[in-house]
Amino acid sequence: MQDFSYVAAKTVPEAVALLDEKGEKARILAGGTDLIVQVREARRDVDLMIDVKSIPAVNVLDYNADTGLTLGAAVECYKIYAVDAICDAYPSLIDATTIIGGTAIQGRAGVGGNLCNASPAADGIPPLIVLNATCVIAGPNGERELPVEQFCTAPGQTALEKGEMLVSLKVPAPASNSSSFYLRFIPRNEMDIAVVGAGASVTLDDAKQTIVSARIALAAVAPTPLFAEEASALLAGREISDAAIDEAAQAAQAIARPISDMRGTAEQRTHLVGVLTRRALNGAIQRVQDAS
Amino acid sequence: MARKSHVQTTINGETVEFLCESRQSLLEVLRDELHLTGAKEGCNNGNCGACSVILDGRLVNSCLVLGVETEGKSVETIEGLAEPDKLHPIQDAFLENAALQCGICTPGFIMSAKALLDSNPNPTEHEIRYWLAGNLCRCTGYDKIVKAVLDVAKASA
Repeated sequence: MQDFSYVAAKTVPEAVALLDEKGEKARILAGGTDLIVQVREARRDVDLMIDVKSIPAVNVLDYNADTGLTLGAAVECYKIYAVDAICDAYPSLIDATTIIGGTAIQGRAGVGGNLCNASPAADGIPPLIVLNATCVIAGPNGERELPVEQFCTAPGQTALEKGEMLVSLKVPAPASNSSSFYLRFIPRNEMDIAVVGAGASVTLDDAKQTIVSARIALAAVAPTPLFAEEASALLAGREISDAAIDEAAQAAQAIARPISDMRGTAEQRTHLVGVLTRRALNGAIQRVQDAS
Repeated sequence: MARKSHVQTTINGETVEFLCESRQSLLEVLRDELHLTGAKEGCNNGNCGACSVILDGRLVNSCLVLGVETEGKSVETIEGLAEPDKLHPIQDAFLENAALQCGICTPGFIMSAKALLDSNPNPTEHEIRYWLAGNLCRCTGYDKIVKAVLDVAKASA
């Protein structure tokens, strides 16, 4: 592996100053499950790794039923699904964090790192999009916020500017009669990368028969995870029906622009977007209807 | 030559100090600097689990941890399991069930199983299979390994 320096930063300003000074040759080290492999395989040129796991703001895991979830960028997957209230409030996030790698990966990897790695196939990103999460970004000029769906700009590329780092994710408190669901297609049971992933969140009316609002997001069918905005919007105000869900699935398929590679063909992926979007929507609806 | 850092950590209950380069993984530190060769290098990218160790109570792939990250932390490796004249119950169960052939994956499987049983002493077969999904075996197959872990769970129930 190439030689690099290592700093365990104690504060966000310290990490930001180092990032600003070193530019692209500095990388934030959180779980390291992507970064260490990339450097070892000479896919990323790094002079300095800035370990942020000692910075309190990057390790916050705080859920409040009124204000929502603050999820520090370095919080490992296993800590997220260990909190029952978070499992209840954001089930799609749990669907994803329990399938990212195996046990040992979930012991180190987190959703913030999954987002910053910006893989089009990241399982952690569609749930954040459908849950309306916001990125809290710190940089040399202070803090700014950005909707998650605007964070990834290309495979491995993000909206982070020179000197900026992801500090945390803010997820709004779930509305009443709402739930969410994430699933992916892989040709085996576990330990694989999504051929296609789909997430959905829905808010239903009090009778649980009409969709008040919905959000759909897709993975592995474009250079970045996608927010299927039109597909989401056309469900608003619709009574729950196969026809409404099929329409949304078709609208989601219309924005997919997948490639063919060793995991699947473009044609298979486009087909899967329809199947998985229907399942994600029905899964989220079922969760609302099953809740007492 | 690259600059080395001084790191103090606890390994299998004993305080250990070592010098390492930032780029050395915990696996490399364990094997090359501390001569604890139980953890194995398989894929070196987090897929195979042969290098599994327990870091501050949590199962990790030691190939995906930097040695310098372990400052002040606690590491458990396969070397810490057996007493001088007595194997750990998981080790006994692997022998009883013939749950190994070449043995390369075995230290990783045993550490992974230990992490599971430490947090969940009575797992179902389903839970065991999912928990061990990050550990690959190319010769024994998984059935005997899963049965060995089930045996340990039953014995402690």
